[in-house]
Amino acid sequence: MKRFDIYLIGVGGQGIGLLSETILRAADHGNIPVSGVDTHGLAQRGGMVVSHVRLGSTLTTPLIRRGRADLVVALERTEAYRALYSHARSGGTLVYYDTSWQTLGARLGREEEVSNSLLERECLKRKVNLHGVRMEELEDYRMQNMVLLGKIASLSLVPYIGKEQYEEAMDDLMAGTMLEKNLEVFRKIAG
Amino acid sequence: MKSLGEILLRNSSFEEIVIGNTAIVRAMVESGVRVVTTYPGSPTPEIASAVLSIPQKDRPFYFEYSTNEKVATEVAFGASINGHLACVFFKSVGLNVAADSFVQLGHMELLGGMVIVLGDDPGANSSQNEQDNRHYAHMTYTPLFEPATPAEAYEMFIEAASISRKRRMPVVVRMTTHVCHAKQKVLFSFWKAGKNGDISRFDPANGPYIPIAKAALDMKKKAIEKIRNFQEYAETSPSNSIDDNGNRVKGIITAGLPYLSILEILEDVSEKPDILKLGLVHPLPAQRIAGFLRGHTEVVIIEELDDLLEREIKSIAYEKGINTRIIGKTCDEDWIGEYTPDRVAPIMDRVWPEMEISVEDVPDIPLAPRPPQMCPGCGHRSAFHAIKQALSEKDITVADIGCHTLGFLPPYNMGQALLSMGHSTGTASGLSLFNDQRRVVAFLGDSTLFHAGIPGIINAIFNSHNLTLVIMENGTTAMTGHQNHPGSGANARGPVMAISIDRMLEGLGVTNIRRIDTYSQGKLTSMIEEAVAEKGFSVVIASHPCMLKFTREQRRKPGFIQKTVDIDQDKCTLARSCVAEFACPSFQRLQDGTIRVNPELCIGDASCIQTCPSKAISLKKSSGSQGEGDTE
Repeated sequence: MKRFDIYLIGVGGQGIGLLSETILRAADHGNIPVSGVDTHGLAQRGGMVVSHVRLGSTLTTPLIRRGRADLVVALERTEAYRALYSHARSGGTLVYYDTSWQTLGARLGREEEVSNSLLERECLKRKVNLHGVRMEELEDYRMQNMVLLGKIASLSLVPYIGKEQYEEAMDDLMAGTMLEKNLEVFRKIAG
Repeated sequence: MKSLGEILLRNSSFEEIVIGNTAIVRAMVESGVRVVTTYPGSPTPEIASAVLSIPQKDRPFYFEYSTNEKVATEVAFGASINGHLACVFFKSVGLNVAADSFVQLGHMELLGGMVIVLGDDPGANSSQNEQDNRHYAHMTYTPLFEPATPAEAYEMFIEAASISRKRRMPVVVRMTTHVCHAKQKVLFSFWKAGKNGDISRFDPANGPYIPIAKAALDMKKKAIEKIRNFQEYAETSPSNSIDDNGNRVKGIITAGLPYLSILEILEDVSEKPDILKLGLVHPLPAQRIAGFLRGHTEVVIIEELDDLLEREIKSIAYEKGINTRIIGKTCDEDWIGEYTPDRVAPIMDRVWPEMEISVEDVPDIPLAPRPPQMCPGCGHRSAFHAIKQALSEKDITVADIGCHTLGFLPPYNMGQALLSMGHSTGTASGLSLFNDQRRVVAFLGDSTLFHAGIPGIINAIFNSHNLTLVIMENGTTAMTGHQNHPGSGANARGPVMAISIDRMLEGLGVTNIRRIDTYSQGKLTSMIEEAVAEKGFSVVIASHPCMLKFTREQRRKPGFIQKTVDIDQDKCTLARSCVAEFACPSFQRLQDGTIRVNPELCIGDASCIQTCPSKAISLKKSSGSQGEGDTE
């Protein structure tokens, strides 16, 4: 089995932990050897958060090397741009949720906010396939992670994992109304 | 949904994906640990989360959040000399707090056994330094294990517990950040709840337990004998292993997470070096290391942080007359930071260029880092915004540890020096000496006050120091994930009386205590102005509940409606103090320079309304009107 490395990035509070855990457990449901790691620490406090998921090997460092991720999953535009530089490999894929949580620099007008067109230009230059997703009618922004997961499933961006495994993983991690609502959002996008 | 609490108490053997911290808890259960204590600190707080996932009535051991790491260590020690297997866990720098008691443990007959789980933090991801706690093992004659994966964390804890119980000596399991948080499927063994009994087995005859005069030296001798006898075990410990790649020239000695970094880097290398991977790093298996050295022409030591292995291995080679070329650290940079694959690759390339290890050339990222910041609605933001108005540029502010440390970041710049947990009052006292020109203000969180802040406060009272202490009270230990503290009104097992900070200070004789909700920014500014004008030690309690915790609790209630504020663009004069001074992250700047509210971030706390000079901010009409937890 060929190794497949997924680098997830976002801002603390966007639900990157649940997204990453869902992909990891989905891989396990598909009998794919998998490992990973989240950066915790001060992560809940609006700083950059990162998670690594590595498919295809068990005894391996959970940390993906720079410039070597097959898939970058970003919950936010600025962080998508950051990970494009740091971890996306040429020929790889970047999928992101099209929202912006501005950095202090952007809010103070000292730094340009990352736009969709800047992402497109840079991905073209680096030969990275780019997919953006956004769901206008989403009732709670905290389910943006499930929109992104739906997109990943609909485009089969992670080899070996299908919709069924994602749903099994969601069932491991959620219950009740939360599970229902998240499944609904996921299915709407995943098809 | 899978229930972690149920999983951790399964009787049969099973496989489950867990993080290292969770694996430790299953190991506690299987080892028969009776008493577990801690003070929360990254990267270990998820050990407590896993413990708490087991309902109190089913927990096979006693668990508490202690007031600090030293007390936690003492509670575990007391349990151990009473015959119960005990475990204490905390973060890297927590060991400094615990050290006064920890250094004695090796001198004691630990009847029930005692395992100390440390969360070291190479790279200082969430700590004020990246200290290498292996030094403490050497200093205290204590065995130390260093797992590289969650599976090893589980196995080594069980090995450590067994050694500790059998030899009645303390044993350390030293995890690092990305071992604590690494996720992996681990095969766990079976467990059957034993009949532990509640017999108090403490007997002074097992000691001595009083290290006074000659006894202190006798006890030291015993500690040295214990670790020397243990040396023999180290030679055969299953935690040390060799990857034999049939290379008789090149070898690597390593331990912990760097081992996995090496495997990653060697993936594309055809002639792989042999690797001696150490799991038990103190005491070292000297014979085994000598054998490995003799079997190779050159051996590289890949060691994260300090050069302990290197010095010991070189001394083994010297003692035994081994001429193998040993390559350790070669520059200051080698001592700093986490040994991720990206760090280890250039180190290996420097030593063995003939291996043609690929070293990634990644361009600089054209973005400023995104550091953590205070959350929307954070009471500390209101506090800093208000306190800043009361002080002048030349006044000195002293930070402490907690969420409020983030006040040092722009645009607040509140807090200019930081040492450690609870240092602020002491440091501020020193800054007040020979200083009639600049007023001194210290910040201190409530959990940190109970942890290590009290001696500094008593000292300021005792020695009549001239400073203002601002207690940044939010009712919880927020930074590490909202653990209860003595002022919260509940402990790890249920509700208890909250200790009142006001009454405690009154009891100490502080007469000028002021208390205010931080959202009342104007009043807080006046209070600080008054307090800093007074001679002597004054206290302002700047209080507001943690809004991250509060909002989460609100969202769980039925019928919850998310409120937000809105900016009336007709009233807005583009003063932009909301982004430049108050700086709540909910305010976003559009390309045309106007300011909008990001509804994904705003929690409708309304603490910002009072900061707008043009009165352009108000609670959004459609999003509910009654305010809870907002301005007075």
